[in-house]
Amino acid sequence: MSSAARAEAAEASGAFSDRDQQREACDLGMWVFLTTETLFFGVLFFGYLMARLRFPEAFAAAGRHTDFALGTINTAVLLTSSLAMALAVRAAAIRRRRWAVLLLGATLTLGVAFLVIKGFEYRAEYLQHLVPGADFRFDAAQRDAAQLFFWLYFVMTGIHAIHLAIGIVVIGVVAARLAFGGFALQSPLSVEMAGLYWHFVDVVWIFIYPCLYLIARS
Amino acid sequence: MKLPFLPEVASTLGERVDALFAAVALVTGAVALAVVALLVIFALKYRRGSRADRRRAPEAVRLRIERRLEVAWIGIPMLLFSAAFAWAAALYFDHAAPPDGALEIAVVAKQWMWKLQHATGQREIDELHVPVGIPVKLVMTSQDAIHSFYIPAFRLKQDVLPGRYTVLWFTATHAGEYHLFCAEYCGTDHSRMIGRVVALDPAQFQRWLAANNAEPTMAARGEALFGALGCGGCHGPGSAVRAPPLEGLYGRPVALADGRTVTADERYLRDAILLPAKEVVAGYAPVMPSFSGQIPEGDLLDLIAYLKRVT
Amino acid sequence: MTLWSWLSTHDHKRIALLYAISITAFFFIGGAAATLMRIELATPAGDVVSAETYNKLFTMHGVIMVWFFLIPSIPATLGNFLVPLMIGARDLAFPRLNLTSWYLYVAGGLFTLAALLLGGVDTGWTFYTPFSTLYSNTHVIAVVTGVFIAGFSSILTGLNFIVTIHKLRAPGLTWFRLPLFIWAHYATSVILVLATPVLAMTLTLLGIERLFHVGIFDPALGGDPLLFQHLFWFYSHPAVYIMILPAMGIVSEIIACFSRNPVFGYRSMAYAIIAIAGIGFLVWGHHMFVSGQAVYAGMIFSLLSFVVAIPSAIKVFNWTATLYKGTISFEAPMLYALGFVGLFMFGGLSGLFLAALALDVHLTDTYFVVAHFHYIMVGGSVSAYLGGIHFWWPKITGRMYPPKWAQFAAVLLFLGFNFTFFPQYLLGVEGMPRRYHEYAPEFQTLHVLSSAGAVILAIGYLLPLVYLTWSLTRGRKASANPWGATGLEWTVPSPPPVENFGETPIVTQEPYAYPPHAVSGGARRAAST
Ligand code: HEA
Ligand code: HEA
Ligand code: HEC
Ligand code: CUA
Ligand SMILES: [Cu+2]
Repeated sequence: MSSAARAEAAEASGAFSDRDQQREACDLGMWVFLTTETLFFGVLFFGYLMARLRFPEAFAAAGRHTDFALGTINTAVLLTSSLAMALAVRAAAIRRRRWAVLLLGATLTLGVAFLVIKGFEYRAEYLQHLVPGADFRFDAAQRDAAQLFFWLYFVMTGIHAIHLAIGIVVIGVVAARLAFGGFALQSPLSVEMAGLYWHFVDVVWIFIYPCLYLIARS
Repeated sequence: MKLPFLPEVASTLGERVDALFAAVALVTGAVALAVVALLVIFALKYRRGSRADRRRAPEAVRLRIERRLEVAWIGIPMLLFSAAFAWAAALYFDHAAPPDGALEIAVVAKQWMWKLQHATGQREIDELHVPVGIPVKLVMTSQDAIHSFYIPAFRLKQDVLPGRYTVLWFTATHAGEYHLFCAEYCGTDHSRMIGRVVALDPAQFQRWLAANNAEPTMAARGEALFGALGCGGCHGPGSAVRAPPLEGLYGRPVALADGRTVTADERYLRDAILLPAKEVVAGYAPVMPSFSGQIPEGDLLDLIAYLKRVT
Repeated sequence: MTLWSWLSTHDHKRIALLYAISITAFFFIGGAAATLMRIELATPAGDVVSAETYNKLFTMHGVIMVWFFLIPSIPATLGNFLVPLMIGARDLAFPRLNLTSWYLYVAGGLFTLAALLLGGVDTGWTFYTPFSTLYSNTHVIAVVTGVFIAGFSSILTGLNFIVTIHKLRAPGLTWFRLPLFIWAHYATSVILVLATPVLAMTLTLLGIERLFHVGIFDPALGGDPLLFQHLFWFYSHPAVYIMILPAMGIVSEIIACFSRNPVFGYRSMAYAIIAIAGIGFLVWGHHMFVSGQAVYAGMIFSLLSFVVAIPSAIKVFNWTATLYKGTISFEAPMLYALGFVGLFMFGGLSGLFLAALALDVHLTDTYFVVAHFHYIMVGGSVSAYLGGIHFWWPKITGRMYPPKWAQFAAVLLFLGFNFTFFPQYLLGVEGMPRRYHEYAPEFQTLHVLSSAGAVILAIGYLLPLVYLTWSLTRGRKASANPWGATGLEWTVPSPPPVENFGETPIVTQEPYAYPPHAVSGGARRAAST
């Protein structure tokens, strides 16, 4: 091994012999993880599909009770955050630290905004007795099926929100380490990985939105 | 004919299942024997230190033989498997299709007993009397968890689910008493959810029915319920509400408001009563209230028996 | 060598040993539950334990044996130890993740164990709804949470293997030069990564539903209890291949080594592994032939179940053909491997009875099914696991075990196994339902035979525990390659140094380059630099 290669190897961690290998491995690892996540959410979408096929009318009726305006605003918020994230990854790749930190901050803020809006939505639904359980109120003929819809609504958006919250924490950590330690502490690679995750969570929403908000209104 | 280790067989389908069983056992047994024999022969013949001839054919010849062998042992199992599949599937298909005019018996399972009702009104618990030589169709549902109705001597088993009807049919071939087991795990006393099936000669069966005929028929009970629940208020002649007449409904195709057409079977009738909004009849307003949670499973079966009867 | 240095290690070899210890503990706990069950089943009456206890016992047995023993058994121990060594890597791609997955496994395991021992669960390992959501009054949520946590351990292990096998292979080690052990672990990892999340989410839904009593599995509220079964088996059928593919990988290595022959039809063996993993995702409905699913769905699942048996057939025939004109020796690992081929075949063939629709109607939920899966999982996978342990023991520990004792244990286990589980086939055919605490008197003879066999089995399992532990300090020192096997793992000292390879090896040979009939060979695929 040449001394340059040795230095390179020292820089790469663990089992890797060089940076390129590490990068490729992290990339692949992240994609495999996201595949796992896809199947994780897949169950929910499958369950939704089965229930919807059983009760098309009741699901349409229940779907009209979700908050279309807030849902749409949230979609816009999340898409914008993804844009900011993509720019942050780019900024990190070309080693613009300040830009990267700033854009990560923007992503994070938009993510928090999403959760806050979602919180208001949940509150309104609670007040309208749309939370499944003894207190659930709906047109008697469709009560059970509508309750099923809202059960799925809360589970799907809830698990999505948990993912988003994890994303916010990750981005917060990455941004902080970048701000205080620079690229020596936080490599552009980790920004890229955080970005992949964020986009994934965004894409999940892109599927949730039509299922829970749009279809009923077409 | 009774095969070794299989329990006595006492249904028409059971005999056909046994024939299939014997065939599959013979073929798989032969393959297993051949493989084990080869393993033993090779292992002994080529054990370390033996003088067996280990010279090999030239590479090219070997590869050709290897290829052919592999094709053979993909192809031959494939043929055998297709045959086994087709035979078993055909039988399964017959399992799933009760003949018309079968004697119907309703089954309600609950933790941990079987409740059976004959159309003519006889009720039994953990015991089922059936005639020999006449097809019997069981319409089954559960009041709680999933159970499974299993009669080993008939080679028959069918899960019994809450919230829907499943069907099982058979024709007993020999008079006798047979085990009835619950085969799907359903909680603490799952292993005590057992009973017996008593197959009687038709004449004896009639005598048994007559001896136990203390109660009104299911349809009669259903008719009473139909009145008590106020169904007639809408469906009866001259009612103010526009509701479809129910005469001769059973078994007919029904056009639904969403454009589909379904057959009015037990499942349809059940859903029409419990989940009326799910399948609305074309041309009617969805005003029928849901009776979900108000009618016990047994009564529901009576009601359906009545609906099947009204002509 | 402090305890902490073990608990914080990133070395795949040490993590493998951590796994080995914890998995062995779970095996004996699961085995103790089985022992109690077999004692109870010796008489028709429910006289030793109560019905509740019996139901909790088989649930605990199934849950522990499946999720905390067999699924992690080969991949997390032998796989963890050998995958980097066999492909010439220094470690797995993500060593820290590897340690994390062990901690998740232990956390999930202890959580489940606590729930099982303190309260117990009586749903069976299949957690069928609506029993598990509405009617069981035991600690379902706690156990489900434990399984959920352990699921993430599986996912992380799978992810680590996939990335490692893709990215860290030594120069010259092309896909078709990989040992079949690696192919098997690759396919297993793909299943782990694709199937486990489905289980995780399904169990989550189950938990939420049980907690709030509203949901998509409850028929009273318009839900569908069969949806749970579909989702559960969508995971659990592929999961049975998680349990068998690594075993097949081990057996290929052992048979090649002790018959001094290259594996017959290496490429079709590799394709068969991939085919099993792929088609395995499409057959889940064969667990539901009498559940009330559509008749045509049943037919498709039956057909595909026969299709998935074909690659297994290829493997059985190719192993047999590998012996032809070999130079066969009967060391303990080879005895286990030969036992595997026979018992796996028997279990697999009984799977064909179950895949045949009309036969399954009679056999499902009877002891025939119990015998089927114990033949494959215990006769097959556990035999292969023990075979693998005996094969790589010198490499892992640097010590030899007493060979005669090992051979004796292998034979004893084979006999005890058949003694225990063959009667169960007959019980099933006669119509004895499974999960029965009490049973009709006519079944007793066969049950007594089975219980007697279980005693032999228990002794058989205790033997290796004793002599392998003994060998750790008293065994003869092992050389780098005591069996004269091929494969990169045999080119490094026993036990291997922390960094595995001093220099990255370069591979120039096909796998299993055993000399046609050598009496004993050296490492043929030695590294050259
Ligand atoms: C490692 C575990 C494992 C493996 C590998 C398998 C492999 C197979 N299994 Fe099994 N199975 C289980 C574990 C496993 N199974 C478990 C745990 C259950 C029960 C779960 C529960 O309910 O608790 C179960 C249940 C189960 C059922 C449902 C039974 C029921 O509940 O009604 C069915 C039905 O089709 C089935 C089929 C098969 C088939 C066709 C294979 C095939 O892959 C087998 C292929 C192998 C061979 C066929 C042998 C070699 C082939 C030859 C030598 C070919 C030559 C033969 C001829 C030409 C005839 N299995
Ligand atoms: C990897 C999986 C695996 C393994 C290894 C085993 C191993 C064994 N299993 Fe089982 N088994 C399952 C997976 C497994 N099993 C599953 C999934 C089920 C279905 C559960 C369900 O229905 O939900 C099942 C169900 C099951 C049943 C059916 C119960 C029923 O339906 O009512 C039986 C009955 O005989 C049984 C027996 C055994 C026996 C005798 C062993 C033996 O091989 C075990 C041998 C090991 C030992 C005996 C350990 C030795 C330990 C000691 C000697 C210490 C003893 C200490 C004390 C007693 C304190 N198992
Ligand atoms: C308030 C009026 C009303 C009452 C009370 C009522 N129904 Fe109905 N029923 C309807 C109407 C309207 C329809 C047609 C629309 C629909 O399918 O929902 C209908 C449809 C049906 C159908 C499907 C008919 C078809 O042609 O396919 C069945 C079966 C049925 N009802 C049975 C019952 C039974 C049994 C009861 C009592 C337990 C009952 N109904 C009580 C109004 C009523
Ligand atoms: Cu009812 Cu088991
Ligand atoms: Cu399966």
